[in-house]
Amino acid sequence: MTSARLSVVHPVPDDASPQHTEPAPARLRGQHLRLGYGDRVICPQLDVRIPDGSFTVIVGPNGCGKSTLLRSLCRLITPQAGQVYLDGKQIRDYPARSVAQQLGLLPQSATAPDGISVLDLVSRGRYPHQSLLRQWSPQDEAAVQAAMQATGVADLAGRAVDELSGGQRQRVWVAMALAQETPLLLLDEPTTYLDIAHQIELLELFRHLNRHTGRTLIAVLHDLNHACRYATHLIAMREGRIVAEGAPGDVVTADMVEQVFGLPCLVMADPISHTPMVIPRGKVHLA
Amino acid sequence: MSPSDYLYLGWPSGPVYLRVRAKGLWVGMLLALAALLLAGLALGAGALELSHAQVWQALLGEGPARLGAVVREWRLPRVVMALVVGGALGMSGAIFQSLIRNPLGSPDVIGFNTGAYTGALVTIILLQGSYFEIATGALVGGLAAALLVYLLAYRRGIQGFRLIIVGIAISAMLAAFNTWLMISASLESAMTAALWGAGSLNGITWDKALPSALFSLVAMVLTLLQSRRMALLEMGDDSASALGVPAERTRLQLMSLGVVLTAAATAAAGPISFIALAAPQIAQRLSRSHGTALLCAFWVGALLLLLADYCAQHLFAPRQLPVGIVTVSIGGLYLVWLLFRQSRLASS
Repeated sequence: MTSARLSVVHPVPDDASPQHTEPAPARLRGQHLRLGYGDRVICPQLDVRIPDGSFTVIVGPNGCGKSTLLRSLCRLITPQAGQVYLDGKQIRDYPARSVAQQLGLLPQSATAPDGISVLDLVSRGRYPHQSLLRQWSPQDEAAVQAAMQATGVADLAGRAVDELSGGQRQRVWVAMALAQETPLLLLDEPTTYLDIAHQIELLELFRHLNRHTGRTLIAVLHDLNHACRYATHLIAMREGRIVAEGAPGDVVTADMVEQVFGLPCLVMADPISHTPMVIPRGKVHLA
Repeated sequence: MSPSDYLYLGWPSGPVYLRVRAKGLWVGMLLALAALLLAGLALGAGALELSHAQVWQALLGEGPARLGAVVREWRLPRVVMALVVGGALGMSGAIFQSLIRNPLGSPDVIGFNTGAYTGALVTIILLQGSYFEIATGALVGGLAAALLVYLLAYRRGIQGFRLIIVGIAISAMLAAFNTWLMISASLESAMTAALWGAGSLNGITWDKALPSALFSLVAMVLTLLQSRRMALLEMGDDSASALGVPAERTRLQLMSLGVVLTAAATAAAGPISFIALAAPQIAQRLSRSHGTALLCAFWVGALLLLLADYCAQHLFAPRQLPVGIVTVSIGGLYLVWLLFRQSRLASS
């Protein structure tokens, strides 16, 4: 695959043409990032901006570096070159706790300690707001209750997390991330291992949070149709590069999907949400 | 669980406000009370039986000088050290089991004890060291073994299972080295070494006890300050980092504290197994709680070692056993049960 970006959709930063508009403000951005593990470089050169107040979804084929990008944005991996900026300052210059007050993460793999209760786990999200002597406050109490209400796990407060179903457990982890009350929230494949109903339920919750609490959400999703339906800003990656980005309605075309995923498809308007809907052609049906 | 399961201490808008699981706190207090009662009993028991009133008098410095000396100079250091050493081992075990997320990940399984023993043996046999040199040797040996295990197990961070395997391997090699040291030593040093190696509180005095006790207490306070971070680390590095806990650094700090606790305990009393393995498990089962697990592990460890030492002294009186033999016998059974249970869990 060529590394050329789709010129139609991708804004060229160096372009000084008069019609070039100011980009939306972005508290979180990465500049000239080279990401990888040891000798293995996954993203050779990458610039990314997360528009404030957006529900940004990163999509792309397996191994394209979308999780790596997400992990670098929340400091879980250090870029080999380039910098991630939060509010204009290099993110690695902040104390860990200050970052945790601004930026939450729902990781792909998290272990609930044996027998921990839902209330205890959600309460842990308040850690960045606490200190050695002030380990609890009325604000903590309010944030934990609000997070459990929003995710519908308030009734489960006394239950042990390891007794819950997969969908309930995922909502508990979301509640913990919400209790952290960060303006930016990163979600690493939040819907994996959930059935379709629970996936939609969770995505609806994210959209609600994005619209009604003003949080900026950044998610890695596998399902392109879910991404089209819920994202306000889509970033499509392939082989460690951003191939297209923008509103799903502007970006998602049959060409783009074929270029990113190598999947021949048809793009139609979703009859309910009127966002693009990707329908794979498949070989069998090509008469 | 309802909010009433928590106890709130301090002032909601003041400088201090804590929320603790009530059950963990009560269990911790009951354990502390039991340990102190047993300590009172141990102070009165022995060749010279004393009543509670006599013990109390002696502790306050009243009554006959002879009784005061027996209680304050002979029995008290032993009882205090049983509590401190047991507590240190219990806490150290809690740290490692939490970091490694495996009940087998205790310092006596993964080689730190053996390393401390190697250090002591080298000092006794090759350098003919005094008591304090032996203690220092044990400290250095434990730290060196820990560092070796850590470096060999390190691959872009530490993974619990690899640490256990590497620890067991290092432990086996050190044990072979220890045996070689013993058979190549003179009979006299070999006897000193064997005595030390059994793990005993016999003949402990304030002079011998204080340095190790001070080390332990400092390490315990530092560990308690890290206890919340330790709990967050149990959820995985990503979650902990997202909550503002620098994962690798915190793990290294906690591991160092755990090693210092084990090494200080070993320096004072020789290698004592089982306490670090069992105390955290028992504590967790009793308290069913996470925030207070370290304190409960401390008290369970203290209680277990005091009980074992009491048995070692009085079960076959007038003959005294090294306390290490008592803990190893109980510990062997416990380890078999733990392995059996783990393999059943794994197969189900």
